[in-house]
Amino acid sequence: MNEDKLIELVKQVVSEMTSTQKSDNPVMLEAVPSDSEEYVPDLSQVDFRKVLDIPHPANREEYLRVKAKTEARLGVWRTGPRYRTNTLLRFLSDHAAAMDAVFSDVSEEMLEEMGLFSVSSRCSSKDEHLTRPDLGRQFSEETIARFKAKLKPKAKVQIMVGDGLSSAAIEANLRDIIPAISQGLKMYGLEVGNIPFVKNCRVPAMDVIGDELEPEVVCMLIGERPGLVTAESMSAYIAYKPTVGMPEARRIVISNIHDGGTPAVEAGAHIAELIKTMLEKKTSGIVMGD
Amino acid sequence: MSMRLKTTLNGKTFQFRDIKDVLAKANEPKSGDRFQGIAAESVTERVAAKIVLSELTVGDLTENPIIPYELDEVTRVNIDGLNRHQYEAKKNMTIGQLREWILSHKTTQEDLIRSSRAFTGEVAAAVAKIMSAMDLVYGARKINVVTRCNTAIGQRGTLSFRCQTNSTTDDPETIVMGLMEGVSYGSGDACLGINPVEDNVESTRRIADGVYNFMSKNEIPTQVVVLSHMTTQMKAMEQGAPLSMIFQSIAGTQAANDNFGVNRKLVEEAYILAKQRGTSVGPNLLYFETGQGSEVSIGADLGVDEMTLEARTYGFGRYFNPFMVNNVSGFIGPETLYDGKEMIRANLEDHFMGKLMGLPMGMAPCFTNHTSITQDDQEMATMLLNTAGANFYMGVPVGDDVMLAYQDTSFHNDAALRELSRRKPAPEFHKWMMKRGLMDENGVLTELAGDGSIFLK
Repeated sequence: MNEDKLIELVKQVVSEMTSTQKSDNPVMLEAVPSDSEEYVPDLSQVDFRKVLDIPHPANREEYLRVKAKTEARLGVWRTGPRYRTNTLLRFLSDHAAAMDAVFSDVSEEMLEEMGLFSVSSRCSSKDEHLTRPDLGRQFSEETIARFKAKLKPKAKVQIMVGDGLSSAAIEANLRDIIPAISQGLKMYGLEVGNIPFVKNCRVPAMDVIGDELEPEVVCMLIGERPGLVTAESMSAYIAYKPTVGMPEARRIVISNIHDGGTPAVEAGAHIAELIKTMLEKKTSGIVMGD
Repeated sequence: MSMRLKTTLNGKTFQFRDIKDVLAKANEPKSGDRFQGIAAESVTERVAAKIVLSELTVGDLTENPIIPYELDEVTRVNIDGLNRHQYEAKKNMTIGQLREWILSHKTTQEDLIRSSRAFTGEVAAAVAKIMSAMDLVYGARKINVVTRCNTAIGQRGTLSFRCQTNSTTDDPETIVMGLMEGVSYGSGDACLGINPVEDNVESTRRIADGVYNFMSKNEIPTQVVVLSHMTTQMKAMEQGAPLSMIFQSIAGTQAANDNFGVNRKLVEEAYILAKQRGTSVGPNLLYFETGQGSEVSIGADLGVDEMTLEARTYGFGRYFNPFMVNNVSGFIGPETLYDGKEMIRANLEDHFMGKLMGLPMGMAPCFTNHTSITQDDQEMATMLLNTAGANFYMGVPVGDDVMLAYQDTSFHNDAALRELSRRKPAPEFHKWMMKRGLMDENGVLTELAGDGSIFLK
């Protein structure tokens, strides 16, 4: 089966599965109908790539044509040398989304719904998570015992999820990406066992799983550091027989998984294919054709 | 007399292990030092370290570099870059006396510029560690460093900017649209400088060509730079890319520079190449970027505090007479500078240490989104550094760099900073802006400014 066909098939299966599953997202409130007169319009919904605030531009058409190709905040105009009010408030809105993505937790409801079991790195708080990257890749002995009780040793594939630097990325993508990966792997005859969720997690935490349970391939789904354009971007780090202290080059990463980048369903199918190839070649040092 | 590393204070005795320990513990709070486990454990211990440090001499800190001369190229370049006459004149001063000498009314800008090659990074860091925020601003304000590449920047009464309009796809069209808007706000007299996504010769050339064409078509007196790796720019320049100067990130240990893929020999080769193939007369043909915490973030700190390593970085950069040094303390994240207070303090320190060592310091107080630092913190740092006399800042559309995913100074900030300090663009660029009707003679924007499409007519 070629990759395009597989992606199509997975998309279809997953959309059938998830259409009945969506529930309210507890971290971010659902957008309210902005056409209602009771509401001040939702500033975060304005597509500023299509807006030119310069009162008398020398060349409006060309400005807008180029602006449409970039998220850069161009053509915003000014009052004196300062921002217009809408420019300032939009910047603050996007920064708020980014900060809230970092400083909030993934909801228990979501983890339960997805059937994940929850553990934590050695970091005891968000603050420690952000200032001690070394602890975010380590586990206590009790946590390791928990992994050993819950996870199958020497599995072909071990999927794991970490909040990383964006809980919002997990909230936004997990419902789509887990079924997509599972379906994809199933088509290759591969089984996905229990999936742990690691709170206050850094990428190399996956290497500990490699050492303790010796799966062949580990795939870590983790929230990326948010930018102002999106706070919902997730990455997948995949490695063949990862081990603590290995060179970073042994990890393959698929980044930019979000609605405006690679959608989660499509990324999931791609990840399943990568895992299969990795198992065949018995190395993660493969150059994957895109 | 041997060095005294012991004192009593507030009823307690403090014995410091060596100069490295004193320097680390004398540092104002930084999360990078806490992460390394080298920070003072109490406020009194911090002050005790400052007191011990104030009694060490310039000679003590120069003759006992925190990483030995034989083991580390950054140490060697710091020491080889000294002017022995100037060093001899200062070496018996204690760090406490040095602080007073810098701040004294009797010490002129001339005196400070002449002594800039008397100090290694360790000395500059030591004196900055016993200075308060206003000391750092006042001391730096006395020192003006002028450099020339294609045009000259840093003259008293001027304030310059790098226009930084990066693209997530290295698309010259959106990059140049951003530049059009940026220069209309007066941003871009330090340079038009773009970070490519793809670090290769092709992207570097494509961006350089696009930016250079815009610059020359509109006769803008400034410089073009593309911030790929030094070796990539060199290859691009050999193939004819129209670059005005060559950029590189540098750090304060040889181990960190190895990680960045840079060393003294390479920088010397880059300088010679820029002289032969670059589009500028010089004599300043290099652009360095630095920032507290880069060494610890890659595990190449050797147990030295991030502020001292930053000053050693300046001692490395100084050797090559750069056109501009841009400090990006705040870029890495809360594991190196925890909050707004730490970021602001680090920026004031870096600007002062760089100026003391004779560098054309520009500042990029900035923040990522995984820290508590906000736009307000960043603007406060920027205004303080403006009072301190920073040579230049960045100019990013609304401060949001869509490619590097962090926030920096904006076109609007650039224009407001000039008004606030009554400073003007670099003279040639100012004349050009007046000719295009974008700015008046006092450096204030006209009604035309802000519309990039005037260059599309």
